[in-house]
Amino acid sequence: MRAPDLLAQLVEIVAAIAVAPLFMGWVNQCRAWLQNRRAPGLLLPYRGIRKLFHKDAAIAHTASPLFRVAPYIVFGAMSLAATIIPSMSTGLPFTTAADAIALVGLFATARVFMALAAMDIGTAFGTLGARREMMIGFLAEPALLMVIFVASLISTTTALPAITESLATRQFAIYPSLAFTAVAFTMVLLAENARIPIDNPATHLELTMIHEAMLLEYSARHLALMEWAAALKLFNYATIGFAMFVPWGISTGERGFGDLAASIPILLVKLAIAGAGLALIETASAKVRVFRAPEFLATAFLFAVLGLLVRLLLGA
Amino acid sequence: MSELHFPLAGALAPIAAWALIGLTGLVRPSAVRFVTRVLFPLGAVSGLALALIAASSLPLPAEAIALPIGLPDLPFHVRLDSLSCVFLFLLGAASAGISIFAGGYFGQEQGSSLGLLCVQYHLFLASMGLVLLADDAYLFMVAWETMALSSYFLVTTQHRDPDIRRAGFLYLIVAHVGAIAILLSFGLMQGGSWLFTFDAMRTAQLQPSWAALAFLLALFGFGAKAGLVPLHVWLPEAHPAAPSPVSALMSGVMLKTAVYGILRVTFDLLGNTSWWWGLIPLGVGLFTALFGVVFAAAQTDMKRLLAYSSVENIGIIFTGLGLAIVFAGVGMPSLAALALIALLYHSLNHAFMKSLLFIGTGAVLHATGERSLGRLGGLIRQMPWVAWLTLVGALALAGLPPLNGFVSEWLLLQSFLFAHEVPKGFINMLLPLGAAALVLAAALAAYVMVKFYGIIFLGQQRDPSLSKVHDAGTLERIGLAWLALGCVALGLFPSYVVNILHTVAGSLTGADPEYVASPWWLLTPVPRREASYSAVIFLVAIAAVVALTILAVSRLYHRRVNRVPPWDCGSGVITARAQDSAEGFGQPIRHIFGSFFAMKRDLPSPFDRTPRYRVTIEDRFWRALYLPLASIVERAANAIAWLQQGRIATYLLYSFITLVSLLALVL
Repeated sequence: MRAPDLLAQLVEIVAAIAVAPLFMGWVNQCRAWLQNRRAPGLLLPYRGIRKLFHKDAAIAHTASPLFRVAPYIVFGAMSLAATIIPSMSTGLPFTTAADAIALVGLFATARVFMALAAMDIGTAFGTLGARREMMIGFLAEPALLMVIFVASLISTTTALPAITESLATRQFAIYPSLAFTAVAFTMVLLAENARIPIDNPATHLELTMIHEAMLLEYSARHLALMEWAAALKLFNYATIGFAMFVPWGISTGERGFGDLAASIPILLVKLAIAGAGLALIETASAKVRVFRAPEFLATAFLFAVLGLLVRLLLGA
Repeated sequence: MSELHFPLAGALAPIAAWALIGLTGLVRPSAVRFVTRVLFPLGAVSGLALALIAASSLPLPAEAIALPIGLPDLPFHVRLDSLSCVFLFLLGAASAGISIFAGGYFGQEQGSSLGLLCVQYHLFLASMGLVLLADDAYLFMVAWETMALSSYFLVTTQHRDPDIRRAGFLYLIVAHVGAIAILLSFGLMQGGSWLFTFDAMRTAQLQPSWAALAFLLALFGFGAKAGLVPLHVWLPEAHPAAPSPVSALMSGVMLKTAVYGILRVTFDLLGNTSWWWGLIPLGVGLFTALFGVVFAAAQTDMKRLLAYSSVENIGIIFTGLGLAIVFAGVGMPSLAALALIALLYHSLNHAFMKSLLFIGTGAVLHATGERSLGRLGGLIRQMPWVAWLTLVGALALAGLPPLNGFVSEWLLLQSFLFAHEVPKGFINMLLPLGAAALVLAAALAAYVMVKFYGIIFLGQQRDPSLSKVHDAGTLERIGLAWLALGCVALGLFPSYVVNILHTVAGSLTGADPEYVASPWWLLTPVPRREASYSAVIFLVAIAAVVALTILAVSRLYHRRVNRVPPWDCGSGVITARAQDSAEGFGQPIRHIFGSFFAMKRDLPSPFDRTPRYRVTIEDRFWRALYLPLASIVERAANAIAWLQQGRIATYLLYSFITLVSLLALVL
């Protein structure tokens, strides 16, 4: 374990936790612009989190300790995921803790705890949200696995840094198989992060909620952590996408600090473009009914399978 | 006959002890305290001893001996090798937790007398041990049938209930149809030598077509015991019908004897397997996994839900078996070993987590007398011990890191990743899709576990009487904690387990001497490929972040908490009935996987005075397969009944005709 690697690890985790709300703010801002609204400030998510931390927590009488500990566990799982995903450097000491499949498991852990916490109070909307969230989860996971399969076929590994390195260091070429899986991954990202067309993060109508319905009973610091974790999740998915599909510019940890410093602005540029793209997709599409979600995610699965077949049949 | 040496004698001793403990129960059948507080804990100690002996003798070479019991000229052969050791460990370790729980669970309210129950229970354990040790077809079948019969009597403990009698009868039929198939398979495998020791079967050279037939018969027979679709119908009836500790034994341990049997036949007795055999367990296994988990999600009875989840896990295990056979058949022994490791690991995991959940439901059932999910809820407040320990099992069964269920699924997925290298056209493209089906099943298992746990232990109490229930007793807590500890240990130290299982898989497939053992904290099962997983880092990192966040939040801000009524978006009246019922939680599954079910729905019309919504779900296999089969059998029986004329002259005529035709045949 070398000093630059350790530093890169530290920088990455701190940056991920710090930047995640900013990324959320950027997406909201782009969306407001696209919808001809006056955009809220870029720092609004930070202000929201700070405000929530100051408030007294109001917890239902019926809540068990599981309800109170769940936000911390979800936040912890998302932070751990951020340390594992190579967003700036591939030479991270922590990345051996999990390959891409274990990362999917980590996200599932967070999801299950969130769903259990939502069922804990015993309100109608909480259980409704838990049920829908778990449904989206089991629909999205096969598609996500197929995406990982294709990436691992090309790079012969499921370890994310190795995937990134092998894709970043070969000469620039567009793989049709990766193009298909990139579409599939984007669709999974939308579904898993409660974005339109599966869920509307800005909704106020409880009956259509998925993610928000699970958080209805949370307040103050617990809510702040849950929202922060959601921002981290979006950030994590974005960086997984970068690691698999646009790995260029990431530091491979060979040339020390300069490399790492150069990779930070590149990451920010990627995030800016991805956020704008996300806002564009969300503005251009409408939310679908809950029971259209299987079709949406089945399409994502089919795209990933297409990518797999293209890779296996044509070697492209 | 050689002498009885330590490992084998050590493995036989706890089995004999079980038989002895069982018989002691008959001496004072009505002494409740003696049976529950002395005999069942003694059984648990024997299980622990068996687990220790099996674990310590696993790396030793195989040892066989002919026991001086059995029929004249047909002695019982027993043999202890690494494969037996794995399953003996499973039997001993899982049953230790279940037995100690059973000591707290059983009381006077059982249908059968407690002494009888004690005999059946311990004979069941002992017969499972003998199945794993048997080295000839004769002892194997005797032990197998003892196992089936003792478990039948355990299932029908509450024999005054006609539904339970029916479930037991169904179990008995399927068990015997399966046993016949296993017997026929052994008959083929002796290969004309008419020696029924396993040694003779190992050396027998079978024609490929006969070997394939023997494999298929064994798959049918052991599949019937394991609950492979379409032979699963007995499982969701019989497992819930039994008392909870027995359900735990049947789901957690007995199903694994079938896994052991098919492994023994395929990789040890038959030896030269063909790759295409593997496609059958692979396909059936994947379908079983999906079928089981989809039905589990639709259940409203907590024990039936768990039984269907066992069907799912058996599907996962047989998927691993299929993959291992395919890899072994195309000359990729190290990958076959990887798939076998995943399979064995999942068997171990499932033994612990399913036993834990079944005895967890047992504790709930004991406290509330209620099996229906629709009348439970909120028990985490009244039964914190049971709730938190069961949570471990639920998270493990949901396949979440850092617990054990994740490790075996991860290993299986890793071996699936190589399936595209199988040098068979088109098959290599279909196999990766199998991985997607597996992931779908695993993700659905998480759905099922959220439903199971959320509805029983979380939320508001759906019945006012639940506020008066008590937590489990000491013995029950020890049993639960032991199994939960097993789940955590198997999850946190996978590289230990994999290193041990590798010797077993290597001995079965002849694989990979250059396998590099991974460090204790990191699991790297695939030498060629970079893939690693560290459960310890997962746990430590998440715990560290949780602790740091709690610390930071309380230092920087405050820890003030106000207890308030639930908000529920200000809807005002919040009753327990507003929560999702078990039916409600299963609704997306019924919607998405509607074609799996034979569903009947009664919707109320707008003018109904007493509107009722009713939905019933049936297994399609009943109508499509079993009822036609039953009617065919019945018609055949009616046709044959014509022979039974009830007149002595006719019967004498039958004897005469038989005699004449036999004479004609002989002369």
